[in-house]
Amino acid sequence: MAAARVRLKNLWQEQQLFERRALVAGAIIGLLTLALIARLVVLQVLRYDYYTELSQGNRVRTEPLPASRGVILDRHGEILAENRPAYQLELVREEVPDLDATLRGLAALGLLPADELDDTRRLVRSRRVFDSVPIRLRLTEEEVARFAVHRFEFPGVDIRTRLARSYPHGELGVHALGYVSAISEHDLERIDRGAYAGTTLIGKLGVESAYERELHGTNGFREILVNAQGRSVERLGALVPELETRDPVAGDDLVLALDLGVQRTAEDALGANRGAIVAIDPRNGDVLALVSRPGFDPNGFGRGLTRLEYQALEENIDRPLFNRALRGVYPPGSTIKPVMALAGLTYGVIAPTDSRFCRGFFTLPGSSHRFRDWKRGGHGQVDMIRAIAQSCDVYFYGLASLLGAERMATFLGHFGLGAPTGIDIGGEKTGLLPSPEWKKRTFKRPAEQVWFPGETVIFGIGQGYLLVTPLQLAHMAAIIAARGRSYQPRLVTGIRDPQTRRTRELAPKLLEEIQVGAPADWDTIIRGMVAVTQGGTASASARGAPYTIAGKTGTAQVFSIAQNEKYDESKIDERLRDHAWFIAFAPAEAPRIAVAVLIENGRSGSGAAAPVARKVLDAWLLK
Amino acid sequence: MYDAITDPSRTRRTVTATARMLASLKLDGPLLLGLALVAAYGLFVLYSASGQDPASVVRATIRLGLGTLAMLALAQVNPNFLRRLSPWVYVVGVVLLVVVEVIGYIGKGAQRWLDLGFVRFQPSEVMKIAVPMLCAWYLHERPLPPDGRSLLALAAIILVPVGLVAAQPDLGTALLIAMAGGLVVLLAGLQMRWIAGLAGLAAGTAWIGWGFLHDYQRKRVLTFFDPEQDPLGAGYHIIQSQIAIGSGGVFGKGWMNGSQAQLEFLPERSTDFIFAVIGEELGLLGLVILLLLYLFVVARAIYLAMQTQDTFARLLAGSLAITFFVYVFINAGMVSGLLPVVGVPLPLVSYGGTSMVTLLAGFGILMSLYSHRKLVGS
Repeated sequence: MAAARVRLKNLWQEQQLFERRALVAGAIIGLLTLALIARLVVLQVLRYDYYTELSQGNRVRTEPLPASRGVILDRHGEILAENRPAYQLELVREEVPDLDATLRGLAALGLLPADELDDTRRLVRSRRVFDSVPIRLRLTEEEVARFAVHRFEFPGVDIRTRLARSYPHGELGVHALGYVSAISEHDLERIDRGAYAGTTLIGKLGVESAYERELHGTNGFREILVNAQGRSVERLGALVPELETRDPVAGDDLVLALDLGVQRTAEDALGANRGAIVAIDPRNGDVLALVSRPGFDPNGFGRGLTRLEYQALEENIDRPLFNRALRGVYPPGSTIKPVMALAGLTYGVIAPTDSRFCRGFFTLPGSSHRFRDWKRGGHGQVDMIRAIAQSCDVYFYGLASLLGAERMATFLGHFGLGAPTGIDIGGEKTGLLPSPEWKKRTFKRPAEQVWFPGETVIFGIGQGYLLVTPLQLAHMAAIIAARGRSYQPRLVTGIRDPQTRRTRELAPKLLEEIQVGAPADWDTIIRGMVAVTQGGTASASARGAPYTIAGKTGTAQVFSIAQNEKYDESKIDERLRDHAWFIAFAPAEAPRIAVAVLIENGRSGSGAAAPVARKVLDAWLLK
Repeated sequence: MYDAITDPSRTRRTVTATARMLASLKLDGPLLLGLALVAAYGLFVLYSASGQDPASVVRATIRLGLGTLAMLALAQVNPNFLRRLSPWVYVVGVVLLVVVEVIGYIGKGAQRWLDLGFVRFQPSEVMKIAVPMLCAWYLHERPLPPDGRSLLALAAIILVPVGLVAAQPDLGTALLIAMAGGLVVLLAGLQMRWIAGLAGLAAGTAWIGWGFLHDYQRKRVLTFFDPEQDPLGAGYHIIQSQIAIGSGGVFGKGWMNGSQAQLEFLPERSTDFIFAVIGEELGLLGLVILLLLYLFVVARAIYLAMQTQDTFARLLAGSLAITFFVYVFINAGMVSGLLPVVGVPLPLVSYGGTSMVTLLAGFGILMSLYSHRKLVGS
């Protein structure tokens, strides 16, 4: 019985057992294989579309092709802004045998700053091995040539050309043109981000900003095949995938009203003075010159200013970034006297021949306060023509009190004062056209809300609250020149298709014509303005001109210096001097140009501003 | 050549001659054919998966040649000799594992291989065959199904190397070794109550073992359940391989035209994830053909195992056959997202590693076990 407890091997039974187990295993194997195939069917049949899309998204990347920005031309086709190749040194790490030696070699050639090699190395290392990394921007032609000679020593390093915005005339006309620079957070709010994919620069200020839409063009794109590292690959086995490409459409070119010659003359004439000049063709509103000095070189913004460079511009006491022509507001002084005279005629409060005796001061009835004339001792007996020619303050004090503040404000308003001129670039200031109603609205304390009769008196000679921009005065001068026909000032006159080179002319925009008592009233004040240059205040500047000039001088008192300027004993005096104005148009009989010149702290309209205006007139009329 | 194909008598003669030659070489014709087809298919795919690199194909062919030599050699060995050799193979393997462990301890890092100068050699690979060999050797003389005492001994045989390999740490290989040994025990007729008990024990161990897993191992398991959680990290492999397979569709994108594979979106495309390359370039059709080839090999191997006549041969052959399928299933399951990512190559197709040699050596043993059988009753 003991043997029964020892289990013996039963070979037959064991064989059976094994075979059963093996068959079970086979069955399980079959089932698992079916499960596997079911899984594959799910992936490859049921979810085929889904995974195909994912796979497509993996390998195709869209690369934007930026459109080239439109070129800006002056009225004669001179290039004011264009796109020029800018050279930069780029390095592809995986093609460089020895990075350190290469960088040292480039530094030895003077192509890299030797003290920044560590930074450069870090920059290169931070990018993917096959990326082309710019290691030096803005190479000069000479540096390009120097590298070209040694190129064979530097595998993996090459010169790349990118298109950069270039302003061949530098500072010239910068306040009209504006500039381009990197797209800011603020810009992103006003543009379609999708349309700007691939665009790095955007117009800031001036024409560059106002016509951004026309200049920008339409970016294209190119689909490229990439591998897992994002490296572009040319082909994939024998398969040629369908890759879409859309060519960019270049931005439109702009033809400006600006005349480069007139602009240059105007800027040169201002010289080192701070000031502004605007010249307009009264026949259509074309802005022939728009100057604000000092200016700045817009080329720097495209390549990116350093913080220090920008700070220097920003903190410069002469404020070169400030567009005085559009945004500088000054009292117009005597320049508005012809318009005041016209108001007197229109409202019938005075006749051209009515004369008044000027003894050097004016008093209001019942008041002893003397409103002084600029000429001590007075001008004697003056009629309207003489009053304009001599800029007699007493005559206009009297006229002002006859007209009253409301009528003066209304009439000046017809000439565009107190409102934007509507010029086709942004940023212009409205200035200030005061009136009793305005005063009541603006001031809080009742004592300040009262309009005093004395304020009416000085309103008549363009002092007091009245503030204008140089652009507004040029616009006013153009309206007088055109005898009431008013055109909206414009910088852009045509849009040119870069492919066909065909220019679409933009029609000048005629504004509401100014109604006066009689057409002869225009002749009267124009005669007065001609008299200004013929025996009047600005005779010296008009001497020898082969055409008749109608003009008017002006001086604007400076009350205080701007608050952001530093206290500087030597500067203060100069900066407290009066601003000098001169407005003019010529030829007086059939005007082709109207101009306003402002020279900050220039003291005298006749002495400082009128000679500058004369040069501008000559530049346009005598070419 | 024309004559050779059309002349029936000549063809028959050739077939007979081949069969005779194979028999004298102790090889099994159908199994050899199956293996050759899988290997050829593998080389064909590898050329594309390696990025059209002929050098890879050459190296893979050399490994295939080495494996074939090992198979040929082992097929000649008498099974009785193999059986007697089993304990020694096992002991040497365990000693090597300990040596690797010690070197790794001194070198302060994970260590899995021994550098023999001309070749790097993984002792854990040997254990994949040594463990089932010793298990079969142990059960050879004993009555089946194994009793409790035998099971304890078998557990020791299996767990010693498994523990050593797991400590390397190479959890995947440890599990595969445990499985190879466990299959012998299962085929030996382990009773259902034991199976149920062990399954329960495994579940419990998994529960507790979770706490002992390395972070990267845990992450692998977690990512398996939700790959999108970590699309650029641990989930990247799974997501990309599923995209590759799924976008292949029924007929595939064409050989060498798989964008996932050729543009390197698919990681480890020529090694662990070559299954996905097949799926992408040759489609569902290509995968099913491969799976059918594998099934043929496994079925033939199981058939051979059933034909053998002693316990050692049966158990070892059966274990080797099923193990082969398990490799296939784990790799395909992992690549297609059915199983977590574990580093198991696709048998005879994945590039690199010593697995190709080990696998073919296993088949050599299997053929030896079959072809040296005594024809009882004939």
